[in-house]
Amino acid sequence: MGKPSVLEEVRPASMPRRPIIENERNFTWITQKICGIVEGKTPTWWWVAFIISAMVASFTLMGLIYLVSTGTGVWGLRNPTFWGWAIVNFVFWIGIGHAGTLISAILCLLKQKWRTSINRAAEAMTIFAVICAGIFPLFHVGRVWLAWWLFPLPTSNAIWPNFRSPLEWDVFAVSTYGTVSVLFWYMGMIPDLATIRDRVPMIFEERIANARTAFQKAFERFYFGFRKLFYGILAMGWRGSNRHWSNYEMAYLLLAGLSTPLVLSVHTVVSFDFAVANLPGWHTTIFPPYFVAGAIFSGFGMVLTLMLPLRAIFGLQDLITQYHIDCMCKICLATGSMVGYAYGMEFFIAWYGANPYEGFAFINRAFGPYAWAYWIMISCNVITPQFFWFKWARNNLWLVWILSCFINVGMWFERFVITVTSLANDFLPANWDYFSPTVVDIFTFFGTFGLFGVLFLLFIRFLPLLAFAEIKAVSKQADVHAHH
Amino acid sequence: MSKQYGYLALFDSAPAVYNAARSVRDEGFKKWDVLTPFPVHGLDEAMGLRRSKVPVFTLCGGVIGFITGMLIAWYMGQFDYPLIVGGKPFFSPIFPFPVAYELTILLAAFGTLGGMFITNRLPMHYHPVMNYDKFRHLTDDKFAIVIESADALFSETGTREFLESLDAEEVALISDEEDE
Repeated sequence: MGKPSVLEEVRPASMPRRPIIENERNFTWITQKICGIVEGKTPTWWWVAFIISAMVASFTLMGLIYLVSTGTGVWGLRNPTFWGWAIVNFVFWIGIGHAGTLISAILCLLKQKWRTSINRAAEAMTIFAVICAGIFPLFHVGRVWLAWWLFPLPTSNAIWPNFRSPLEWDVFAVSTYGTVSVLFWYMGMIPDLATIRDRVPMIFEERIANARTAFQKAFERFYFGFRKLFYGILAMGWRGSNRHWSNYEMAYLLLAGLSTPLVLSVHTVVSFDFAVANLPGWHTTIFPPYFVAGAIFSGFGMVLTLMLPLRAIFGLQDLITQYHIDCMCKICLATGSMVGYAYGMEFFIAWYGANPYEGFAFINRAFGPYAWAYWIMISCNVITPQFFWFKWARNNLWLVWILSCFINVGMWFERFVITVTSLANDFLPANWDYFSPTVVDIFTFFGTFGLFGVLFLLFIRFLPLLAFAEIKAVSKQADVHAHH
Repeated sequence: MSKQYGYLALFDSAPAVYNAARSVRDEGFKKWDVLTPFPVHGLDEAMGLRRSKVPVFTLCGGVIGFITGMLIAWYMGQFDYPLIVGGKPFFSPIFPFPVAYELTILLAAFGTLGGMFITNRLPMHYHPVMNYDKFRHLTDDKFAIVIESADALFSETGTREFLESLDAEEVALISDEEDE
């Protein structure tokens, strides 16, 4: 029997993948584009943004000085809500960080090549978000100068931390997360730092030729002496040897493999802070996956909030393409829908579990004194991402940016709803109270956005914003088998 | 007199350096290297490199981390200062698991980064290839093959001619002399 003659006519459908780099940009262009951000003159907008951020950050500083000098009573914490804004803000910022590790680790293992354009900035975001997050539990302990008691170090009291407590697990989870994120971020930057190091003499010659006065010349000499040292030390003598790349690639893969269980465990442990307590609304097994999905959701929201303006300012449209934005929007849609499912499932289990306290906690969330916060949360987290089903919505970058801001707001309210509603209305109605933050609470939280902004702006100015060695590696010209 | 380090052949594209690397490998050179601005996929096989040793360091770090986590919880909770909290056991492998898990990852990550530096013999403040006048391009948009004069098969004219036959953009002599 011969094969049907129609097979001869069948052609496989031609469906080219969307390019990761648009306009066929070559290696030289990519290097020049990214290094140019670090090497060019400081733009005016950068100074404006930096000064504003620093001013905003001073709110945190003043809030903390006032707190330490007066006592934790200046925060709105009182019976029964002893976990107020500090924990809400801590979980919010830690959650923001998760997208960075997800992009750099999980998407690396899944061989999602589009990650290369956004992973560096997202990793930086992770580290700065963890710094902002760390402030809150650190000062929540009350006597911050004794915060080192959290670590198992010998003290004159001779007692040790309680390893049975999820709060102690959190100390290990968050400090490990911060440290490993820094290692991963730094290792990824070494080849790019070497490129900037090797360009220092060339840029110096350009700048010295343009310097008119003797003072300018002296300044450039001093400044480039510093740059040479700074990038020279950070680049560790990297020379792009393939014998090095071989070990480097292996180490990168291993760090990705280590960061994947790490990122999942960190928010799991954060959720244990709640889930291990015997409080209605907290004591549920859904918390770990629900928290992790929420963290990734909020993190991608923040990545979009940051990357869309940067893309426009630096003209990175060829490297962070519409395809990248589509991918990020779709992840927001997926994780946002998971979070929406978790909200529904919580209600179902509260009813199905037939525990009157659990049932009350959820009715109270949606219709009690904090109903306003609950419905802000639902509309921002469940309804907002549904726009991302549609191509027209993903293509409208202003809309995407505004929606990403809503996601940030919604995820903050999620943590507020979880933390405060359960505590404020627990088992005994005689204990109930309505929690409101004080002005110190609000200022301290507001200021962390300034701190985050300051750190992120410094990162933009001094370190490679995009992982351009990795971008080159996934480009079409890098494929050595293309001509076979 | 400047000491010579070896010959460097410059290439313009990733496929060119890939094919050239295969020829160098087949010729039987041992002390040679390829310099690229980014990891070129498949070049390890083309150079005949063996699998990286970094995972050994990762494993050591991870094992030490896990044991440390369990040991501190046992030492502090059961051995040094037993304290009843909530009627729970002084030590069990269950409750310190998150701590041991995080320490496993922490020390494995340090092992990985340290292992990468050790296997690569980095940091290194000077290397002869940095004397090459177009070294800047090797972390930007060009590729190079370096054959060291210490290689058994190296010869002044023979190696130069061999590299030129690989369609290199240029072949340059690299000196091993640290200036400044």
